[in-house]
Amino acid sequence: MKSVITVLATLATSFTISMSAHANVDVQLDHAPINPTDAASLQAGARTFVNNCLNCHSAGLVRYNQLKGIGLTEAQIKENLLFTGQKVGDMMTVSASPRDQREWFGNAPPDLSVEARVRGVDWLYTYMRRFYRDPSTATGWNNTVFPNVAMPHVLWSLQGMSEARVEVEKGEGHERKTIVIEAPTGGSMTTAQYDRTIADLVNFMGWMAEPHAIERRNLGFLVLIALSILILLTYLLKAAYWKDIH
Amino acid sequence: MAAADKIVTTTGLLGWVDERFPLTKLFREHMSEYYAPKNFNFFYFFGALSLLVLVNQILTGIFLTMHYKPDAASAFASVEYIMREVNFGWLIRYMHSTGASAFFIVVYLHMFRGLIYGSYRKPRELIWIFGVIIFLMLMGEAFFGYLLPWGQMSFWGAQVIVNLFGAVPFIGPDLSVWIRGDFVVSDATLNRFFAFHVIALPLAICGLVAAHIMALHEVGSNNPDGVEIKKTKDPVTGHPLDGIPFHPYYTVKDLFGVSVFLFVFCTVIFFAPEMGGYFLEANNFIPANPMQTPAHIAPVWYFTPFYSILRAVPPVFESQFPGVACMGLSVMVFFLMPWLDRGAVKSIRYRGSHFKTWLTLFIVSLFILGYLGTQPTDVWGRFGEGVPFVGGAERATWGARLFSVVYFLYFILMPWYTRWDKTKPEPTRVTG
Repeated sequence: MKSVITVLATLATSFTISMSAHANVDVQLDHAPINPTDAASLQAGARTFVNNCLNCHSAGLVRYNQLKGIGLTEAQIKENLLFTGQKVGDMMTVSASPRDQREWFGNAPPDLSVEARVRGVDWLYTYMRRFYRDPSTATGWNNTVFPNVAMPHVLWSLQGMSEARVEVEKGEGHERKTIVIEAPTGGSMTTAQYDRTIADLVNFMGWMAEPHAIERRNLGFLVLIALSILILLTYLLKAAYWKDIH
Repeated sequence: MAAADKIVTTTGLLGWVDERFPLTKLFREHMSEYYAPKNFNFFYFFGALSLLVLVNQILTGIFLTMHYKPDAASAFASVEYIMREVNFGWLIRYMHSTGASAFFIVVYLHMFRGLIYGSYRKPRELIWIFGVIIFLMLMGEAFFGYLLPWGQMSFWGAQVIVNLFGAVPFIGPDLSVWIRGDFVVSDATLNRFFAFHVIALPLAICGLVAAHIMALHEVGSNNPDGVEIKKTKDPVTGHPLDGIPFHPYYTVKDLFGVSVFLFVFCTVIFFAPEMGGYFLEANNFIPANPMQTPAHIAPVWYFTPFYSILRAVPPVFESQFPGVACMGLSVMVFFLMPWLDRGAVKSIRYRGSHFKTWLTLFIVSLFILGYLGTQPTDVWGRFGEGVPFVGGAERATWGARLFSVVYFLYFILMPWYTRWDKTKPEPTRVTG
């Protein structure tokens, strides 16, 4: 009985630790340099997403032909983004089941349909640029934004590999460890190119999380203009009726 | 034949209807010949606005129900389907989710109006009681509705709240299983919460709103001076001298109020529907996962003062029941308002410093408790180990305890501080 309790306690503790790592509020996030109305950026992001992310991660709430919303035609979607015999009206799913994935990776890669609303675009932008080599993890990769993340650095061939060193800063009675990432080497892209690729990817993920966001804002301006007129008219109406009330 | 005795002055179609249904009579009694005080101020918009938001919730709710699936396997996806594929589904959903928060904003302001102008005092006790019941139903409605998107916060919020019933002595554990229909929050829970959310509570709320307005029109509206306009009537017409017909005066005034409200409401809907995570929480975009507890479970902002009170009360004999009881009392205590207040006057305009001080303390406590309820209990850090009595304890927990006590003292001491208060003489007529 006692051993069972110990196991439960250990589980609970490790759970708490993994969750607190998950929250990770004290990381300085970089501002994602994105423009949600830039169709070329969104389309480049869609290509990166479909080529690299959509093998393990699904976006199961998104239909391929909804990508018409970023300015693609159905023919373009079919030619450039459909690889596995799926139809243009299918959802952006993956063939591996979450159960298998959990067995293979220890964790099922989350569906990314609304990930940008969970994490925020700045988080995603920073996260995808903060991988470093770490021989102590199962994948050989680690991340400063999401410590001990299960995902390896899938885009390493673009960014290159970064080594990291730990800098210990000793203060009064406490010490602070900072992981310093060195400049990446061996990637096919320059840092500026890689940052642009990630910005486009994140821009696309932002669109995917709320496809009607631009439409929402545009309609919002019209609605507020109409309501301003209504406020003026109802004010005049009220004043006209109330002129004799003292 | 009774109908033959009735004098119908209207003609045509309206006359035809009036002979068979009291349409003109109802319109006169409740609109064109309902005399309301002429000195209503800003705070008197929120009753009509509550009604507007109720209509908004019902209409948008009907359209959401057409596409939503109350099924644990497809609920989350069906909400996103509404957001993505239903024509203007995103707008309907944001109107509903923003409407939920707007409902509490207008109702809280409506209740605050009652507190400052003594609108719960004789002869309006029943209006107040119906109102508090509506408020309770509204809290239930919001709670049931929050489970439906089936995100992480939906799931764990429901889990936490239903578990509270488990703290009830003796029957607690069975009670919480009975509420959930399962041992954890599950498909069965989702289905019954859906039933409560879309029919049981809305039906009850609509009925109570009708009773609330009927009781109001029976005794007449209070006003910022807290004086009864029915006491000074025009000797010829018999209408109150300080009263004006609700229609057209207050219908046009409320139209203006509605326009301004809609401007603010639409600003949120179109430009900040998540409202920085207060109206739609980021974690609720993760589908419910019974195997993974979020690090920090926070209720939506409108429940946070009461949630703070719950967390502040320490367990007694390892039972959480005192906390649950205090949270329940913190809402139920509003029922007693008409009998706790022994003041000589109704309105804050003629009250003394005791009342004003306690009301201020109450509102400050409510805001601080509300803030603390959105945060983890260690948000203010801990007291140093050397501090007597509270050494090493969380500062925020003790803060919440202090302000919970102030919250209750506002009610408990009310019979005394309202009676001892040095009030100013009430005018006989409204002051405009």
